Amino acid sequence: MRKPSWFNVVSLTLGFAFLYIPMIILVIYSFNESKLVAVWGGFSTKWYGELMQNEAFLDAAWVTLKVGVISSTIATVLGTMAAFVLVRAGRFRGRTLFSGMIYAPLVMPEVITGLSLLLLFIAVGMDRGVATIVLAHATFSMCYVSVVVSSRMASFDESLEEAALDLGCTPWDAFKSVTLPIIAPAVASGWLLAFTLSLDDLVIASFTAGPSATTLPIKIYSSVRLGVSPEINALSTLIIGLVTIGVLVASITSKRAIQKQKRDELLAVH
Amino acid sequence: MRIRQDFIMNTDAPFAPWEDETATPLIKFSNVTKQYGTFTAIDDVDLKIYPKEFFALLGPSGCGKTTLMRMLGGFETVTEGSITIDGVDMDGIPPNKRVVNMMFQSYALFPHLTVAENLAFGLKRSDMPKSEIDGRVEEMLRLVQLKKFASRKPHQMSGGQRQRVALARALAKAPKLLLLDEPLGALDKKLRRETQFELMDIQEKTGTTFVIVTHDQEEAMTVASRIAVMDHGKLKQIDTPDRIYEAPNSLYVADFIGDVNIIEGQVTKSEGEAAELSWGEGKPAIRGMAGESLTAATSGAFAVRPEKVAIFSDEPMDRHNRVNGTVEDIAYLGNMSTYYVRLENGSLIKSQVANNRRIARRAITWGDSVWLSWTDTAGIVLAS
Repeated sequence: MRKPSWFNVVSLTLGFAFLYIPMIILVIYSFNESKLVAVWGGFSTKWYGELMQNEAFLDAAWVTLKVGVISSTIATVLGTMAAFVLVRAGRFRGRTLFSGMIYAPLVMPEVITGLSLLLLFIAVGMDRGVATIVLAHATFSMCYVSVVVSSRMASFDESLEEAALDLGCTPWDAFKSVTLPIIAPAVASGWLLAFTLSLDDLVIASFTAGPSATTLPIKIYSSVRLGVSPEINALSTLIIGLVTIGVLVASITSKRAIQKQKRDELLAVH
Repeated sequence: MRIRQDFIMNTDAPFAPWEDETATPLIKFSNVTKQYGTFTAIDDVDLKIYPKEFFALLGPSGCGKTTLMRMLGGFETVTEGSITIDGVDMDGIPPNKRVVNMMFQSYALFPHLTVAENLAFGLKRSDMPKSEIDGRVEEMLRLVQLKKFASRKPHQMSGGQRQRVALARALAKAPKLLLLDEPLGALDKKLRRETQFELMDIQEKTGTTFVIVTHDQEEAMTVASRIAVMDHGKLKQIDTPDRIYEAPNSLYVADFIGDVNIIEGQVTKSEGEAAELSWGEGKPAIRGMAGESLTAATSGAFAVRPEKVAIFSDEPMDRHNRVNGTVEDIAYLGNMSTYYVRLENGSLIKSQVANNRRIARRAITWGDSVWLSWTDTAGIVLAS
């Protein structure tokens, strides 16, 4: 390996500093004894303790998790179906329009999506709560799932399905025992993407949430407006920790998969 | 080199059910037409394929051969006409209800299953009792010599091994008819040769009827009992490999199969098997066999294979068919040489000569004036 030049070292340091200094400060201050956010009063974990006692935060976290799991599951089923139709149906009248309409929510400003969903729920007289957030999240994350799954479907060899039919499968059996296992990684990453988007979402949730249900991002945002409490720092640190673990697990798994693939290819040669 | 067993064993009664009017065909296409919008992919095809045949559909890409085969598998519908397999009309019968299995060009092995699971896939969906499935899988693995590889996944195998797994999987359910879509297309030339003989062996052992789609005429000639040459959705000629080669019924077939010299002219005589073609002022007419439904006094063409054209330095007075020209090019292929001779009328004729002697002693060289000659039965006169 070549020794990196001082220019590269400096730009790397600056880049990472730009990205991570805010988060590091946040993590450090989550262990701050003092109630004042900007003043260091010694090391303590008491805010984590207080956080665990805070019913409102715990409720919001539970709602967020529930909404995330249900909405991303709905979005995955619908998005996979849409991807299947888009890739398999071939050319039909209005195909371009149809695919355009599936991808449109990707570029639609969230405020507009949120507002239109709010108007819809009012029009049909639906009480806002967990159900409306779930519906809203499933609606906007479905298109992300369909993008992920359809890119996998596009490279899927259709003769695999034909072979399954040829060997005696009904179309549903062929989908279940051949297509689904093969596209499963894409479906899973679509689900994860939808789940992340749902956890992350503030704008659409704030339009569609009601007094009975608040998600974590809404809760955090509204308490920050009343002044940043060290409890929020503690909560954010926990979230950063979870995300870091998730990313590490994902990258280690994919690295292992690549190594296994290489070994298998060697095996094929012999 | 091995020779097909039926040529050795049954010289008195060769396998030729297509010549027996009482034989029942396994597959029957009756006036089958397939249209995609205004495009006619298959144009009024009539075809009978008999049990235990190794039948090749041969043609350039886009000629409709794959469509014709996919119709047998149930993956394409028929616009007009009907297809029967084993006496049953196939109209509206889905692929999973047919006694037909297919080996796909891409092999279509299920990547998430092991070799053994791939082979068992179809058996699990048949009425075979569970206890017999393992035995059948083992039998198939033995047939294609892959017993060691039962627990491997497809991506852990080489191209040739995958090809054999695909073949074994398609044969596992003991179909009446096996369809092979360019089965050897992905293999290199040497492996393809070996696999062709393996295919023929397996076809004989299992007694299954094979229908193979290929664009490789050498492959079709090697493996097939009969070949159908296709062009633009039509069957041009259905015949045994030797008939296709020696007695093509049209210029298209003559040109598509192997290498051929063509001399155009006027048909001056067509009586029984003999025909004559006049091709230049003051030149004696060329004698050849008469092609299918040839009539005199029409324009026609004489087709002769390069290996049947002999080359001489001096005029061979004892032969009727002899033409004079200049050597323009010599292609040395090791075992043989091809001489490209330009005639006075401008046409280029190829003569292929086996190199029985060392090249240093070759008598004919570039620019020499030479005589080309062939026997009266070497070529064929075809209507153009």
